[in-house]
Amino acid sequence: MNGNRKRMVGIAAVVAVLALVPAVAGSFTVSLLNDIGIGALVALGLVLLTGVGGATSFGQAAFVGIAAYATAWLTTTQGMSPWIGLLFALLLTGLSALAIGMLTLRLGGHFLPLSTIAWGLSIAMLFGNVDALGRHTGLSNIPALRIAGWSLADPRSMYYLIWVVVGLACLFSQNLLQSRPGRAIRGLRGGATLLASVGADAYRVRLTLFVTAALFAGLAGWLYAHMNRFVSPSPFDVRASIEYLLMAVAGGLGQLAGALVGAALVLVLKNGLQDVLPMLTQRAGQLEAVAFATLFILLLHFARGGLMGLLRRWTRRRAGTQAASRHEAPAVDPLPHRQLPARGTQVLSVNGAVKRFGGLVAVNDVSFEVNAGEIVGLIGPNGAGKSTMFNLLTCTLPMTSGQVRFLDRDIAGMPQRQVARLGLARTFQHVKLRPHMSLLDNVALGAHSRTRSGILKAGLRLDRREEMQILQEAQRQLDRIGLGDRAHELAGSLPLGTQRILEIARALAADPVLLVLDEPAAGLRRKEKMALGDLLRKLREEGVTILIVEHDMDFVMKLVDRLVVMNFGSKLVEGVPSAVRADERVQAAYLGSVV
Amino acid sequence: MTWDVALILVTDGLANGAVYLLAGLGLVLIFSVTRVVFVPFGDIAAFAALSLAAFETGRVPPTIGMVAVLAALALATEIGSLLRRREAQRIPKAVLMWGVLPAIPCLLAWLAARPGVPVAVHIAVAVLLVVPIAPLLARVVFQPIADASVLVLLIVSLALHFLLSGLGLLFFGPEGSRTTPLTSAVFTLGDGFTVSGQVVLMVGAAIVLSGLFFLVFERTVAGKALRATAVNRVGARLVGIRPVRTALLAYGCASLLAGLIGVLIAPVTTMYYDSGFIIGLKAFVAAIIGGLVSYPMTAVGALAVGVVESFASFWSGALKDVIVFSLLIPVLMLRSFMAAHSEEEEEEVEQ
Repeated sequence: MNGNRKRMVGIAAVVAVLALVPAVAGSFTVSLLNDIGIGALVALGLVLLTGVGGATSFGQAAFVGIAAYATAWLTTTQGMSPWIGLLFALLLTGLSALAIGMLTLRLGGHFLPLSTIAWGLSIAMLFGNVDALGRHTGLSNIPALRIAGWSLADPRSMYYLIWVVVGLACLFSQNLLQSRPGRAIRGLRGGATLLASVGADAYRVRLTLFVTAALFAGLAGWLYAHMNRFVSPSPFDVRASIEYLLMAVAGGLGQLAGALVGAALVLVLKNGLQDVLPMLTQRAGQLEAVAFATLFILLLHFARGGLMGLLRRWTRRRAGTQAASRHEAPAVDPLPHRQLPARGTQVLSVNGAVKRFGGLVAVNDVSFEVNAGEIVGLIGPNGAGKSTMFNLLTCTLPMTSGQVRFLDRDIAGMPQRQVARLGLARTFQHVKLRPHMSLLDNVALGAHSRTRSGILKAGLRLDRREEMQILQEAQRQLDRIGLGDRAHELAGSLPLGTQRILEIARALAADPVLLVLDEPAAGLRRKEKMALGDLLRKLREEGVTILIVEHDMDFVMKLVDRLVVMNFGSKLVEGVPSAVRADERVQAAYLGSVV
Repeated sequence: MTWDVALILVTDGLANGAVYLLAGLGLVLIFSVTRVVFVPFGDIAAFAALSLAAFETGRVPPTIGMVAVLAALALATEIGSLLRRREAQRIPKAVLMWGVLPAIPCLLAWLAARPGVPVAVHIAVAVLLVVPIAPLLARVVFQPIADASVLVLLIVSLALHFLLSGLGLLFFGPEGSRTTPLTSAVFTLGDGFTVSGQVVLMVGAAIVLSGLFFLVFERTVAGKALRATAVNRVGARLVGIRPVRTALLAYGCASLLAGLIGVLIAPVTTMYYDSGFIIGLKAFVAAIIGGLVSYPMTAVGALAVGVVESFASFWSGALKDVIVFSLLIPVLMLRSFMAAHSEEEEEEVEQ
C-alpha cells in the first residue's frame, strides 16, 4: 500500500506542476511542452504496440499524418467544424490502420517492421503528391479549436487540452494493461500458441492493439493540425516515425511513463542541441542529425531499457524486494462454471490418428479414449510420438488423417483456440509463462475464454466487476496449488518445477473439462511430485478429467487409472498400470528385448 | 504505349535492376551472416559516387576524412575492449588492423587526387576508399551488440543510416553531382533501337559480379565459412569459424559491392549525399523477395523491381517510389504465407 500511495503522490505532483506551468513559464516553454504532449501521445501508442505487444512500427508518423491531413482537409476545403474533423480523422486513421494491419500483421519476425518502413514511406510520399492536399506546400489556414465559444488559438489554452488528452490516454492505457485484454496483449510476446491455449486469437489481439496505437497517433495528429494550423508532408515521414520510436525507446519501452519521459527527453535534447551546437560550429543544422543518431545508438548500446529502465533498476536496488501482500478484495460472485460431463461418459476419443512429416510417420494409426473423471497416462520411450500425439489432440498441429472427438464434436482441423474454448486446457513441456507478469496475472490469463471485456470497456474501467471475478478465480486457483501467498511475485522468479505447477493453475482457471498435461513432473523434487500427485487426485475427485504425458514411471504408475503406451509412433498396449507393467512388449520397448 | 517505348523502359529497368541486384546481394550477405538489416548500404554507394565526382573536379575527396574518423573510433573501441579483457599485448596488431589498414586507401586517394591521373585509377580508388567504411562501422556499432535481437539491430541500423547521411551532408555538402559517363559507346540493335554503353556496362557488371559471388561461395574456404555462419552460427563456431571474422568479411564484401554500385550509377543519376537511402530501400524490396536469404530469388526480385520502377515512372514520375514500395506489401504477404509456421519465442523487453 505504501508504494502505491507514494506513486499516487508522485503522479499528483506531476499533474499539479503541469497545471501550473502556463502561469509561470514563457511561451517558448509552453510550446515545447505542447510538442512534448503530442509526442508522448504517439510514443504511448508505441510503448503499447512495441514495448508490451512486441510489434515494432517504423510508420507511426504516417498515422499522425493521416489524421492531421484528414482534419486539415475537412476544415479548410469543406469548411466543417474541427470537432467533425476529429471524428473524421479518427475514423480514417482507424480504418487505414485496420486495412494495413490486416495485410501485414500476420508477418513474422523482422518482416513486419520492414513492411512498416514500406507503408510509412509510401503514405508520406502520397501526401506530397496529391493535389487536393496541397502537394509539398501542404495545407494552411486550418481553423483553431473552439470549445463553447472559447477559442484555443493561444498555445496556453491549447496546452490544457493537449495535456488533458495525454492524461486521459495514460489512464486509458493503464486501465487497459490491468485487464483481460491487457493480459492478452502482455501475453503476445509469449507466442501465438500460448494465447491460443487460453482461447485467445493472437492475430486479433495484435490487430486491435495496432489500431489502438494508431488511434493514439491519430489523436496526436488532430491536435497537431489545430495547434500549428498548418500541415506539410515532412513531419510525417519515416524520419519522424523513427523519432517517435526513439522517444519510446529512450523513455523505456517497458513502462507507460516511458512515453512521457522519452518524449520530454528527446524534444528537450533536440532543443538543447539547436541552442548549443550553433555556439560550437557554423554547421549546426548538419551536426544535429549526427549528434542525435549518435545519442540514439549509444542509448541502445548502454541502456536498452531506457531512462525508466535505469530508474527502475535503481529504485529496486534501494528498496529491495518488497514483501507483497495477499490480494485482499471484497468477495464477488464467482465466474460461472461449466457443467462437467457425468463420470464415465466419453470425453475424448482418438480414432486412427496419423501424422506424417514428409516421409516420417510420427504417429501411425493411434486410437484411444478418455472418459470423464479418470486420469489417463500416455507414455512411451523417447521418440515414440507422444508429443506429436499431444499436439494433434490439442489441435496445435494439423492431422494427416484420422479423427479426434471431444465432447461429441469432431475437433480435427479446428483452430487450437476454439478447442481451448470448448474446455480442453493444456500445459507446455517447455514452460510458456510470462516472466514479467505476476503469478496472479499469469493465472488470470487462463480465464480469458470465460470472460468477454474488450479494449474499450477495459480502458474506460467498465469491466471492474468482471475483473474482480477473474482475479478472485485466479487467486482461488493459486490457493489450490499452494502458491496463494506468492500471488504478486513475478513468474520469472520461480524455479522451473514450480513454474510447471503454475501452468496447471493457469489451465485450471479456464474451468476445463479435460486437462492435458505435458510432462508436469519434470524438474520437480520428490516432495513436490507427491504434492502434484495429491493435487491431480483431488482434481479427479472434483470431476476434472486428466490426460497426462509423462516420463516419470513411478509417478505415473501410482497416479493413473489407465495407461496408453506408444512406441515408434504406434499404440503398443492400453490398460491398467499393473497389466502394463507386466506386459512383455512394454518391457521390451523400454529395456530392449532379449531376442 | 508502343513496343518501342516498352522496350526502352525494359532496358532502363534492367539497368536499374542490375544496380538493385548488386545492392540486394550485399544486403543478403550481411543479413544472413550477422542478422543485421544493413540500412546504411546505400549511403556507402552514394559516398563512392561522390568521391569519384570529387576526383573529377580535381578535389581531394572528403571521404578520406570520414574514413579516418571512423578508423580512429574503431581503433579506440578495439583498444578499449582489449584493455578491458587485459590483453594489452594484442594492441600492436589491433593498430595495424584498425589504424593502418584503413589508412592505405586514404593515402592512395590522397595521391590520386593530383591532376593527370587516369580516370581508371580514379574509379578504382573511389571504390577502394569506401571499402573500409562498413567493416569499421560494424566494429564500432554492431560488434558490441552482436547478440541483440534482430529488431534492436534493425533500429540501430536505421539510426546509423541517419548518422551517415548527416555525416554525408557535413562532408560532401548539399550539392548533387554527376560524373562523366564511363563509356560513350552506343549499340544499335536492329530497327534503330539503341542501347547505351553505360546500360550494357551496368548489366554486364551485375552479371560478372554475381558470377564471381557464386564462385567465391561455392569454391573458396572463405565463402564456405560465410555460408556456414549463415546457416548456423553456433555450429560454425564449433568447427572453428570465427563469427566476428566472417562478419567483417561479409561487411567488407558488401562495402566493395556498394562502392562498385556507386561508380556505376554516378554517371547516370545525379547523386546527393542522401541518394543512397532510396537505392538501398529498393534493394531491400528485392532482398525481401528473396526472403533475405536466397541469392537467386534476390536477383529475380531486383530485376522485377527495376522493371516495375521504370514502367511506374513512365506512368507517374511522382508516384513511382510509392508504387515500388507498395509492391513490398503483397510480396511480404506472399512470403509469410509460404513460410513454414514456426513458433518463435520473442525475446523479452528489457525492463
